[in-house]
Amino acid sequence: MKQRGNAKNPKQALHVRPSSQTDLSAWQIGERKSGPKTVDLKSTQKPEKEKQQSVSEQAGNNTEDYLEQALTYFERAKDHIPLRKNEVLQKHLATVETIALQRGLSPEGLDVLLNVALSGRLADTVNSRILKCLIPASIIAESSVVSAVSWLCVGNCSCSTQLLFLRWLIAMFDFIDHKEKLHALYGFFFCSLQDEKLCPYICHLLYLLTRKENVKPFRVRRLIDLQAKMGMQPHLQALLSLYKLLCPELVSITLPAKAKSYFKNSERLWKAAINTVRRRNQATSLTSQQLILDIGHPQSRKRKWNTQLILPACTMDTNKITRSKAIIHADILSHSESFPVEELQTFSQLLKNIHRLEFPSQMGSVLRNSLLLHYMNCVKDESIYLRLYYWMGQTLQEECTWYKIDNQQYEEEFKDFLDIVYKTECFLQEGFSSCEEFLYKSLPLWDGFCCRSQILRLVSWIPLSSFSEMKPRLCEPLAQLFFTSSLYFKCSVLESLKDLLQNWLNWHVMQLDIESDPKISPLNTTLSGLVNSVAELIHFVGWISTVALRLENNVTFLLYFILDFYETVCDVYLKYNLPLLVMPPPGVFYPALLSMDSVNLNQLCYIMYRYRTNLVAAKENELIKKTILQFKFSSQTYQEYNQYIMAMVGCLWTSSAFQKDIHPQGIRLDPEVLKKTRVQEVRNSFNIVHHPALMGYAILFLQQAWPEDKTLNFSLIKGRRWNWYLEYLYTQGLQGLKLFIESSINRVSQASQTKSDNVQIKV
Amino acid sequence: MGTPDSLGMTPLGRKTAETGINFTSTTRFSRGLTFIRTHTLFGQSPARRIIPQTSLLQENADPQKIAFLLRKQWTLYSVTPMYKFSYGNLKEYSRLLSAFVAAEKQKGLAVEVGNDLGIKVTLSALLGLKGTDQDQAAILVQIASRSQLPVENAEDRVVWSGWFCCVSGDDFLENVPEDFTCLSLFLANGAESYTTIVGTWFQKTFDCCFSRLTISPLNLAWMAAMWTGCEVDSHMAATELVFSVPCLPQTLDISYAIHPEDAKALWDTVQKTPGEVTQEEVNLFMDCLYSHFHRHFKIHLSATRLVKVSTSIASAHCDGTIKILHSKHLIGVLMLLTELAISQIQ
Repeated sequence: MKQRGNAKNPKQALHVRPSSQTDLSAWQIGERKSGPKTVDLKSTQKPEKEKQQSVSEQAGNNTEDYLEQALTYFERAKDHIPLRKNEVLQKHLATVETIALQRGLSPEGLDVLLNVALSGRLADTVNSRILKCLIPASIIAESSVVSAVSWLCVGNCSCSTQLLFLRWLIAMFDFIDHKEKLHALYGFFFCSLQDEKLCPYICHLLYLLTRKENVKPFRVRRLIDLQAKMGMQPHLQALLSLYKLLCPELVSITLPAKAKSYFKNSERLWKAAINTVRRRNQATSLTSQQLILDIGHPQSRKRKWNTQLILPACTMDTNKITRSKAIIHADILSHSESFPVEELQTFSQLLKNIHRLEFPSQMGSVLRNSLLLHYMNCVKDESIYLRLYYWMGQTLQEECTWYKIDNQQYEEEFKDFLDIVYKTECFLQEGFSSCEEFLYKSLPLWDGFCCRSQILRLVSWIPLSSFSEMKPRLCEPLAQLFFTSSLYFKCSVLESLKDLLQNWLNWHVMQLDIESDPKISPLNTTLSGLVNSVAELIHFVGWISTVALRLENNVTFLLYFILDFYETVCDVYLKYNLPLLVMPPPGVFYPALLSMDSVNLNQLCYIMYRYRTNLVAAKENELIKKTILQFKFSSQTYQEYNQYIMAMVGCLWTSSAFQKDIHPQGIRLDPEVLKKTRVQEVRNSFNIVHHPALMGYAILFLQQAWPEDKTLNFSLIKGRRWNWYLEYLYTQGLQGLKLFIESSINRVSQASQTKSDNVQIKV
Repeated sequence: MGTPDSLGMTPLGRKTAETGINFTSTTRFSRGLTFIRTHTLFGQSPARRIIPQTSLLQENADPQKIAFLLRKQWTLYSVTPMYKFSYGNLKEYSRLLSAFVAAEKQKGLAVEVGNDLGIKVTLSALLGLKGTDQDQAAILVQIASRSQLPVENAEDRVVWSGWFCCVSGDDFLENVPEDFTCLSLFLANGAESYTTIVGTWFQKTFDCCFSRLTISPLNLAWMAAMWTGCEVDSHMAATELVFSVPCLPQTLDISYAIHPEDAKALWDTVQKTPGEVTQEEVNLFMDCLYSHFHRHFKIHLSATRLVKVSTSIASAHCDGTIKILHSKHLIGVLMLLTELAISQIQ
């Protein structure tokens, strides 16, 4: 427990959150915009999340507790415990097994269990079950192994347990933290060779332990004797050939040069579990520098040798060794040795050695190493990007589960890989072009289902380029899937397009900063290109949103995502300093205005308020600066805004929606037609009291104000009470409505509210 | 299949033109990589290809080595550009790769570098295998095993060989910086375990990626047409196309053999401009063959899948294997394969 807690801390500083669409512009906007609405929306979600988190943490704590209990049970077990009808033992054993196979065990846990398994206090079946689940989460302490070996001398445990222990020791050899004391036991292991059953495994263990000083004439003799007794055994041959390699003068016999395999595979029992634990630990600590389980040498678990899904290990550029021979004189000039990447563990190390750091031999390995990603961000070397580009492009193409049938069974791994790529993009705040090309190639063949969230997240990092190029490659295949897929898919697409827009805008803001440097040429053609592309993207989303709303009957959930997109759009001018404002199409505006849900209406009010703020600011800028601006909003934008605002005020405030709406696709209706509907008080039906999205509030308001009146007389809300009602609405969290009413409605006097008018922006 | 008129014609028919607004300063957003934006769509092949006129090998070619490449079944791979590969270090690479192969072969046993390992790896330049002067020199890798018995005529036996080449990959080369060596096509012959080891070593050492290069039926049809049209002076083997019929309990293969002179005569009536082949011509050629087959056997070959093409020039299988038979057309075949390899890694 303690260890886990410690391990988390250094991580947090570097950790990239999965939802990390880092808002680069937030710091800029902080001063200009208060944005109460967004804050409000988010704050309602927060406690929910925290609750969930604490629940999952609790669950984690519980399992930890069970494990602790089980371990204390085993630790205290003194005498022989029978297995049969011992429910307590069964329960604890099951706990240990499940946790060990999922997460692995701490060094302390391993110590306790090793001791109990070899002490002979438990039945053989229990011992073997324990041994089979001894999966280390990190390392195995050498002392545990030594004390376990000492149990072998006592002779309490059966032969089969000893054998299983040896196999375990061989399989876990690389996880043992130190091996000095184990080496001291060389003589003991060598003596055990006489046991015929243990002999193959003892040979294997000795093979792993043998050093030159262990090769002694008496040992060679003993091995040759054994070979004479048992015949040509591959395990004996292996040990002999190693002895011969180390001390050729001591071993004079000739050994056959080739053998297919010397040792039986001891790892098999634990391999799958080790891999599971390793993958789990890798996933939880993507950027962690602590090598939880040896990720340096991923075992090949796949069918192809050139499969690229296994991220290459971070190793020093070996090619460099050969190269440096040729250019040794160049090294003399720089007289600094390079710093091996394997040793790079902390951020301070990175800072100290940044001048003599080199990238690993395979660039793909940087994806797992946040320090190297930091370094990559500082280095302006084209070749590192190109190496990454080739590697990633090939990996994506070769491992993609939907253009190679053979890959289908590896979907989970491909998902993990896409996740890593996405996180790296968030970390670097830039998209990879190999990823972009992969999307262009694979989207037309995609079923919209496989790796959905991963693919859609990658879409949000498509680098900004001309939209004419993007349209056939991205928009067309995406639109096809969009129209034919579920509501949830539609919302996901809209969300990733919103992220895409934000990423482009953030990039633009950063670009402005760079270009304020006078050395770099001022922006000219680029800005028009950018404006065009962003506008096209917004129009595209407007179009698919209109169609989607019609297909899904204006469902609130979808409308929420659409309006969320427009929350970014309406602030492009002020928040991102881009001279562009695009109004939502009527197919989005009217469903939101007439929505049944107050959330949507509130969002729309907030958006219209931000449009107004942006337009007013643009107008002021235009008036102040006498110089001809390269870009200014067309009168059409103002006109569109004014039409919408009239419709909105007519609807919500002056109860004249059906008369005053002048938008060609608006809700203006002939009085004759309205009369035919036979609805009473048609005029009022969409004002803030009668609007279907707000009527619930009106009812609650009435109930609170006149608890005795059961008739629900809406006409009571007028005059002073109209103001109270408004205040009531504001306290209910309708901040968007508040901002809208306070900014866009010019109330003549507080006493007589009947006469009020909307404010239009004059062109 | 691309629309023919939208593609510009370059020596290999690759589309390079960029359209739209010029995003000069987007380099930071997709850093450093604007120069490789050629965007060939997945599986797209050019609408026309040129049959190389100078298909002869360059003079400095070693006839013995060239002969070694012929009449062997090679498995095809595409390779991304190799980082910091140096032609001057071939000897050193041979030594390192030998040690690596030996170590991998005897996994679990300690290996002493420099000792006699019973295995010898040689990297050498294959001269003369170039389409243009810009092409980088091809590399031959051979693994020879020393015979265990101390016999007098103990000659090293080649157990595995592979070669890297890039013939007329100009368009691609232009865009790749100096540190990279483009040898995009790799051909291997021998036990796959050796391919694995050698490939792994190259991947680790030069940060490149190997991928199997399979040949689509469309490209096989191109090969059938292009190779049928080639002049062969000496012995002529039959042109054979193998089709696979799916959706049966056991897949059924249909072999369609045509007398090479008949095939050539048909092709001559189809081809309009000598020295150049277009997609329509290839389609027409195949359609003629299909309708002829249908007349006799009432089987629509167009509904099956072309899996193998063999002619006097070379034979190719859709799995990505090739056997080249004629040294005169070696360069031409490699040119087409290089193009396919490049389109896979781009």
